[in-house]
Amino acid sequence: MVDNSALDDIPGTTVFTVERSRMGYHLNQFCMSLMKAPNRDRFHADERAYLDEWPMSEDQKQAVIDRDFQRMLDLGGNVYFLSKIFASDGLSYVQAVSTMTEYSVEEYQAMMVAGGRSPDGWRSKSERSS
Amino acid sequence: MARITAGLTTSHVPAIGMAVDLGKTEEPYWQPVFAGYEWTRQWAQADPPDVVVLVYNDHASAFDLRMIPTFALGCAASFDPCDEGYGPRPVPVVEGHPELAAHLAQSLILDEFDLTLMNELDVDHGLTVPMSLVYGSPEAWPTKVIPLAVNVVQYPPPTGHRCLSLGRAIARAVASFPEALSVQVWGTGGMSHQIQGARAGLINPEWDAAFMDGLIADPDAVAKIPHIEYLRETGSEGIEMVMWLIMRGALGGSVEELHRFYHVPASNTAVGHLVLQPAP
Repeated sequence: MVDNSALDDIPGTTVFTVERSRMGYHLNQFCMSLMKAPNRDRFHADERAYLDEWPMSEDQKQAVIDRDFQRMLDLGGNVYFLSKIFASDGLSYVQAVSTMTEYSVEEYQAMMVAGGRSPDGWRSKSERSS
Repeated sequence: MARITAGLTTSHVPAIGMAVDLGKTEEPYWQPVFAGYEWTRQWAQADPPDVVVLVYNDHASAFDLRMIPTFALGCAASFDPCDEGYGPRPVPVVEGHPELAAHLAQSLILDEFDLTLMNELDVDHGLTVPMSLVYGSPEAWPTKVIPLAVNVVQYPPPTGHRCLSLGRAIARAVASFPEALSVQVWGTGGMSHQIQGARAGLINPEWDAAFMDGLIADPDAVAKIPHIEYLRETGSEGIEMVMWLIMRGALGGSVEELHRFYHVPASNTAVGHLVLQPAP
């Protein structure tokens, strides 16, 4: 069995492993379907009905409806796939990504323009808690 | 004989492509980014190579989760820009070089690099943004391109050592192609960035600068950097930088630095750019 304890030791980070990819397979493939305009239209017309066409877990479907991107990551989503959801909502990466942080969109953009988030305190869970 | 004449590395942030496509390159936010490539555009225009082997990663565009090749070589005669969900970028079709690609495929597989070969491939911003940064917005691209797509989306990507070794194998393969072609190798992606989770927005300029220095001076040492260090120090998406090692391996022993640029931010990302040539 591979040891992914080091990957899981990075705070605020969900590494998209083979195992998470398997767990999130249908969630991510649903996201890929939104690359096509007719599918985007059907999804936005009735999100629940469109999601019910996919063999996703109820938790995954609810996370999509709630636009809870961190929850989607926890359930096997990958951000490049999830980007199809927020792009179809008309959101940029900065707008969607900031929702996973402690900041508003404006605060997040200001942080980036000021040089971004320092890695200090974020390299490991022990560094975070010290 | 074909020969490798130069290499470059560059970030491939999608918002850079949008800034080009929407005519925003002179806006205050974007002007410094494009200014950092001005030297490169002059250099590239003066002497475009016959072929670029362009190392990039697809971002859930042409590849979904049904198949996840670690290294995929584009062998087709042409590659269309992908529709990434908001229509394809309005950039020229990318012309391939099927003869050199076939030679690379056969040489590299016999050299024990078990590539996936793509006879159809649409290319996303990972490939087209570097083309726009280096060549601007021409009617047709001035060079042919062989895409080399690397999985860096699903963990684990190939190791840095594997990437450096593949670059060296590309150099051997190019050197045995009988036609007198000028070939460049580009490594794209990076530098530090994380676009997910509570740690999103991470940028590490000190690490990025040391990576550039090491890539030039001691690529064997850089090739030993484990994945966990990229993840901790440069963000979950900073691991794209392993692709720069393919370029470096292809350039051989010692290299001359022609141009360097670094800027924060473009969207969520630290933009890094190097132009190198083999030392005479």
